Amino acid sequence: MSTLIMEPEHKPAAKKSSAFKPGLWTKEINVRNFMQHNYEPYYGDESFLAGPTKRTTAIWKKLTDLFVEERKKGVLDVSQIPSSITAHDAGYIDKKNEIIVGLQTDAPLKRAIMPNGGLKMVTNGLEAYGYKPDPKVIEIFTKYRKTHNEGVFDAYTQDVRRCRSSHVLTGLPDAYGRGRIIGDYRRVALYGVDRLIEVKKAEKLSLDDQWSTDAIIRDREELSEQIRALGELKEMAAKYGFDISGPASTAKEAVQWLYFGYLAAVKEQNGAAMSLGRVSTFLDIYFERDLENGTLTEEKAQEIVDDFVIKLRIVRFLRTPEYDDLFAGDPTWVTESIAGMADDGRPLVTKTSFRFLQTLYNLGPAPEPNLTIWYTPQLPEGFRRFSSKVAIDTSSIQFESDEIMRMAWGDDGAIACCVSPMAMGKQMQFFGARANLAKAMLYAINGGRDEVSGKQIAPPTEPVKGDYLDFDDVVDRFDKMMDWLAGTYASAMNVIHYMHDKYAYERIEMALHDYAPLRTMAFGIAGMSVVADSLSAIKYAKVKVVRDDTGLITDYVTEGEFPLFGNNDNRVDGMAAWLVSTFMKKLRQFPLYRNALHTQSVLTITSNVVYGKATGNTPDGRRKGEPFAPGANPMHGRDSHGIHASAASVAKIPYRDAQDGISLTTTLVPTGLGRTENDRITNLTSILDGFFGTTGYHMNINVLNRDTLLDAMDHPEKYPSLTIRVSGYAVNFVRLTREQQMDVINRTFHGD
Amino acid sequence: MATETAIERPPLEAKSPFEMRVHLGEDVPETDVRSALKTGDMGFLHSFTTGSAVDGPGIRLVAWTTACMFRCQYCHNPDTWTLSNGIPVTLEKAIDEVRKYSNGLKAMHGGFTLSGGEPLMQDRFAARLLSAVKQMGVHTAIETNGYFGDRLSDDDIRNIDLVILDMKAFTRAQHELVTGGMHNEDVLEFANRLAELKRPMWLRYVLVPGLTDIPEEMEAVADFAASLGVVERAEILPFHQMGKYKWERLNLDYKLAATETPTRDGVEKAIAIFREAGLDAV
Repeated sequence: MSTLIMEPEHKPAAKKSSAFKPGLWTKEINVRNFMQHNYEPYYGDESFLAGPTKRTTAIWKKLTDLFVEERKKGVLDVSQIPSSITAHDAGYIDKKNEIIVGLQTDAPLKRAIMPNGGLKMVTNGLEAYGYKPDPKVIEIFTKYRKTHNEGVFDAYTQDVRRCRSSHVLTGLPDAYGRGRIIGDYRRVALYGVDRLIEVKKAEKLSLDDQWSTDAIIRDREELSEQIRALGELKEMAAKYGFDISGPASTAKEAVQWLYFGYLAAVKEQNGAAMSLGRVSTFLDIYFERDLENGTLTEEKAQEIVDDFVIKLRIVRFLRTPEYDDLFAGDPTWVTESIAGMADDGRPLVTKTSFRFLQTLYNLGPAPEPNLTIWYTPQLPEGFRRFSSKVAIDTSSIQFESDEIMRMAWGDDGAIACCVSPMAMGKQMQFFGARANLAKAMLYAINGGRDEVSGKQIAPPTEPVKGDYLDFDDVVDRFDKMMDWLAGTYASAMNVIHYMHDKYAYERIEMALHDYAPLRTMAFGIAGMSVVADSLSAIKYAKVKVVRDDTGLITDYVTEGEFPLFGNNDNRVDGMAAWLVSTFMKKLRQFPLYRNALHTQSVLTITSNVVYGKATGNTPDGRRKGEPFAPGANPMHGRDSHGIHASAASVAKIPYRDAQDGISLTTTLVPTGLGRTENDRITNLTSILDGFFGTTGYHMNINVLNRDTLLDAMDHPEKYPSLTIRVSGYAVNFVRLTREQQMDVINRTFHGD
Repeated sequence: MATETAIERPPLEAKSPFEMRVHLGEDVPETDVRSALKTGDMGFLHSFTTGSAVDGPGIRLVAWTTACMFRCQYCHNPDTWTLSNGIPVTLEKAIDEVRKYSNGLKAMHGGFTLSGGEPLMQDRFAARLLSAVKQMGVHTAIETNGYFGDRLSDDDIRNIDLVILDMKAFTRAQHELVTGGMHNEDVLEFANRLAELKRPMWLRYVLVPGLTDIPEEMEAVADFAASLGVVERAEILPFHQMGKYKWERLNLDYKLAATETPTRDGVEKAIAIFREAGLDAV
């Protein structure tokens, strides 16, 4: 059943990496194998951790002052040089005091423009913050250079355009970078860039024997671009005085090399999510070696991690106010995956897993990097308890099921963005948007007409007749509507990713992948709980329709009681699961660009507010314009029997039909979690053990009081670092729009 | 079953005991109520919640019954005094509901807590439900004022892993003052019996400024509790006004309308008294 893998003989490798145990990783690019041979799990608690040094506090203070100014102005500064890996000179916050160096442009918080994704995003972004776009840039990107955005609109169908403007499809990455691709930045540290170039050249050469089909030609061109990007990466590092052609030899170098890899990516792409991967346990191997050699102290080790995290906290992109409506709070999703178990049963928890969490104390709570614990009750108790403590104290971290993700994608996976798992360096995704299934259900009832505008969006069918909705009839119509919507959606995604590869290819990120990675195409849905509750109302109560003068059904009168999603009641929870599985089945009917694997997520980020705004009255009693619940959450306030019941409902959504993730955001009131700090840590750990010991997939945890949030709305200046988890990521509460703040406040607070 | 028609009711949608519930069981015929109380085939519940972290160890499913014989001045749920304010639920249905959560409750080191009201006003229902839950392997707890403790047999008591005893006072006069004229001999007797049977107990004491924050009274309660040798934890619950609206809406004479919640310092002092007696107080 398994291939026999010949391990190379143990012979000392060149230079300082001789201290590492060799393995397959010395023969091929294989970071996981390096880790498995060299990392040491840590089973203890947090007592070894060090606080911030004076240097760290001083640098951070410098930046927090800049944050205040940035918040006032929207963006602090913009560089109008179209960004690339080497476009900008070296930049520093405080050159002589920085340990890890490198900025996206030549100054901190100064944003770059990346017109390859779309010129409109750039000009709108600039104008929104009072900058005049450079006419030369406009000329280049209209006259000489086509962008991804233009390419997409050249190939969109009429159906796609209609769905886009009616908002039944929202958030298509057709005007900006798609993101959600994670380069395996660890490779830069472990192998040095020269070795990576060598391997890429060999991969390219291996295609010389292949007949030049469209696919092979594209592969050859992409590999050439990757090789070029790796060269630029070395050039960029040289501007900071580093030669990264060889492997890193110390912990500090490993962090610096790895960060250069990541920095090149965020200089070149403004992807919606620019995630980091799974680096902490990899880096721990270097830290432990230096600590053992006596060349590093715990304080110094923490200082390096703190300085690295500071850099990750100031990644910025120039975006438009419309973008902020969808994904509020200026997120970059520098997601770092921590912990989980290795296939051999050892936890992937190391002291550096703790050190990353410790940054939330040393620098204070913050939304980025998006620290994500791959949780299982199998993790060592010391780490589980410390994670719970950090969640309680900071509301800044999220938890995802190691059991489910490891079974699906292996033990060297990482999260891109919020909940999307992928194998490091071996898998990428074509991300995009969400289908508003609540709206699609209303289209089914109205014969394809939009319930808000009255326009015909889907191909016309006979609308519902009679005064009352019939369950079987509605389900039948809805099923057909989903066929059409899934096809339109898949078509849009094929166009987008074809054009993105063509005009805005992620050269450096893909250079840090194996050749021919597994590609998934990640669809998404919004409005799951609205649909489930609506179908429940139609089935278990009586739903009378209200029509306007044009015969359009615009409202519903629901008579009687019906079960609501979020109360562990199979009658309605089954409808949510049916919806997810059905839409997935529909999507799978359509062949995808580059033979990608179909996946979908139940995740909205903050776009649940925008989706709700664009959707009319629904049969569950939700009023026109009211926000949907975020992700897979039950509708606000309807999960009335506590977190166990609520989470049990969400855990029924089958992962096999939502392999890009199922998001649950929970808010707990501190006093509801226990009477003492120790009780609260114990109890949150128990909740996590219970949820992730079964089929729970993702839990965003907030531990706070409604009063705190209300006070923060009125006195934002008092809460500059108040961080809350929204849906798959965290934001500074005070940076949300008022509408989004109200949405958070209206959510269910368990234990209130 | 004769009561089947009467139990077709809206689900138990109250979020917590702090939601007002009245009249929900009023149309259950008198004879059915009497038979239910005698057999325990049916109980009256105010509400239930999952995921509670403050009603016993771990993460728990908690159900609140209706009916109570005490009229505590600081009661925060006076709508639970009357049996017929609750929703009638068959024993079977209650057991099925707990069963849905049994694995999770075990994984979360929690269990099932029956609270009230006063659950022993419906002692047969309480005993049978707790026994069935215990048989699922789920940790069981009851929160009671102990007044009807003698209604539980030794076997009943063995099916309860933890008794959370709400002690209102130690001296009889104080007890009568707090509870609206009820004595506490039976409460103390029940506590002593639990000690003899070596059953684990938690103690709860509500700290009300001007009513129960009397040092001598607290010392007496604490010393008594400590002398039992089975009290694993003492919880000092600071008085709050979340139930005030219920008193007003039920047109009851609320003597504590002007009472403030205790200060942090006051709570710390009370906790210190219980710790002084040797209890693990929080």
